[in-house]
Amino acid sequence: MNYVIIGNGTAAIGTIEGIRAVDQTGSITVISDEPYPVYGRPLISYLLLGKTTEDKMLHYRPADFYEKNGVTTLLGRRASKVDAIAKTVLLADGTVIPYDKLCVCTGSRPFVPPMEGLDTVTDKTSFMTLDDAKRLDALLGDANDKRVLIVGAGLIGLKCAEGILARTASLTILDLAPRILPNVLTEVPAGIIQRHLEGKGVRFLLGDSVARFEPHTAHLKSGSDVDFDILVVAVGVRPNTELAAEAGCAVERGILIDSHSATTVPDIYAAGDCTVSHDIAAQTDRILAILPNAYLQGETAGKSMAGGRASFDKAIPMNASGFLGLHMITAGCYDGETYLEHDEEHYKLLVTRDGKLVGFILIGDVDRAGIYTSLIREQTPLDSIDFELIREKPQLMAFSRAERAKKLGGAHA
Amino acid sequence: MKRIYVNEKWCLGCHLCEYYCAFANSGRSSMVKALKDHKIAPRIRIEERNNISFAVNCRHCTDPLCVKGCISGALTIVDGAVHIDSDKCVGCYTCILSCPYGALSTSNEGAVQKCELCAKNAFGQPMCVQGCPNKAIVYEER
Repeated sequence: MNYVIIGNGTAAIGTIEGIRAVDQTGSITVISDEPYPVYGRPLISYLLLGKTTEDKMLHYRPADFYEKNGVTTLLGRRASKVDAIAKTVLLADGTVIPYDKLCVCTGSRPFVPPMEGLDTVTDKTSFMTLDDAKRLDALLGDANDKRVLIVGAGLIGLKCAEGILARTASLTILDLAPRILPNVLTEVPAGIIQRHLEGKGVRFLLGDSVARFEPHTAHLKSGSDVDFDILVVAVGVRPNTELAAEAGCAVERGILIDSHSATTVPDIYAAGDCTVSHDIAAQTDRILAILPNAYLQGETAGKSMAGGRASFDKAIPMNASGFLGLHMITAGCYDGETYLEHDEEHYKLLVTRDGKLVGFILIGDVDRAGIYTSLIREQTPLDSIDFELIREKPQLMAFSRAERAKKLGGAHA
Repeated sequence: MKRIYVNEKWCLGCHLCEYYCAFANSGRSSMVKALKDHKIAPRIRIEERNNISFAVNCRHCTDPLCVKGCISGALTIVDGAVHIDSDKCVGCYTCILSCPYGALSTSNEGAVQKCELCAKNAFGQPMCVQGCPNKAIVYEER
């Protein structure tokens, strides 16, 4: 069996490990336009913060990972076309790579909306890849004297801010939405994190957007101006679906896959940020560009490609993130009956619907949050546990004695 | 593989497992040096309420969500046990988000910590098990 994977991120690693769990001998080829071995993309902000190094980042898997798994890597080479009839991948340099089973792990790319004058700004970058981080690092230099404007107050923009704040003269974050983290948080917890970051020196301009750029000035729709030395565009990401779409795979914003990570075209699978997931908490199809999801879809793809039995049907949105010492963990959706407690720096929201936990937001105290996540993922009926205890804090005490005996005395799922 | 199993029926709620864990992973030569005047952060924790108590630590899952979701590659499976490289860990807490048992915790040093079956410390075998006076915590194949 000849397996080919386009992409070399977390979904690709899941695919490799999934294939090898079933098939130890088939050949695997990984094609990626990035020149690096796999690295965890969310690490780039920690790299700038000094919490990791490039060397550590590039050892997301051990140095001999590809060799040990019998993987041929074609790095720094771009796949330009997939022919689903001939079952080949054409590279930009003209090389043709045949496949028996293909997995598309092409991820996503920064979305840069049309903004007048953006092309006149020379000192700018997106913030998705190791090369983006290196570019930003070089632009910042060592003098801590640069004024930085980040457009986008989502996770990417805020993590970027955390990574570079200490190295800037000033840092402003602009977003069209009226609150930060609009896709992850509701208004009150967003306010808690905003105030925390403002206390550290970050300036926010919300509900505003850029009317026109000059090389070092953003003229805003509200009429005010922001002067900057460096611009970071972190508005959002878009799935890389073109290769799959041209190969005939059904695409609706992201590549459509079933619970085995199979696309609508035989022998083509897909995983990670380029795909559409079924979110079981909100009961809707959406793009879940999160790392654990990418791994699990990839692993499922790999096992399925190799003829094993695997399915992944427990996708939910979830995020763990810290912002200069304040931690946040969220999962699921916030549509339902709510249970809330909060003060200045702590916030806890639990959301239930139809007798199940469907979402939560924890800020400050995030201990053991995975017990909540698991209730959402497993769709545990709340009448089978002591909900009073679960509301108090995440604890195994809330489960029945028999269930605890399984969890602590036998189960190792 | 041998794992740590907990039988709540025998747990006295004495918390000795927590103290033995903190001592075993402290790098100190005696329990007094390890524990006296220190705020301990053990990798095994007792849950207790009314007359029920039991210890919770890493289950060393065969299919561990913490390892699969780790953004830095700090969490790995070594001979069936889930280990953490605290030098690689950036403290994002995705593992805390993922673990259904609530078995990973924050350490005093900022990185995440978890039970590694005492494989990396001077004792080489789980000290919570050694320290449990009522055999509520055992280390065996099941």
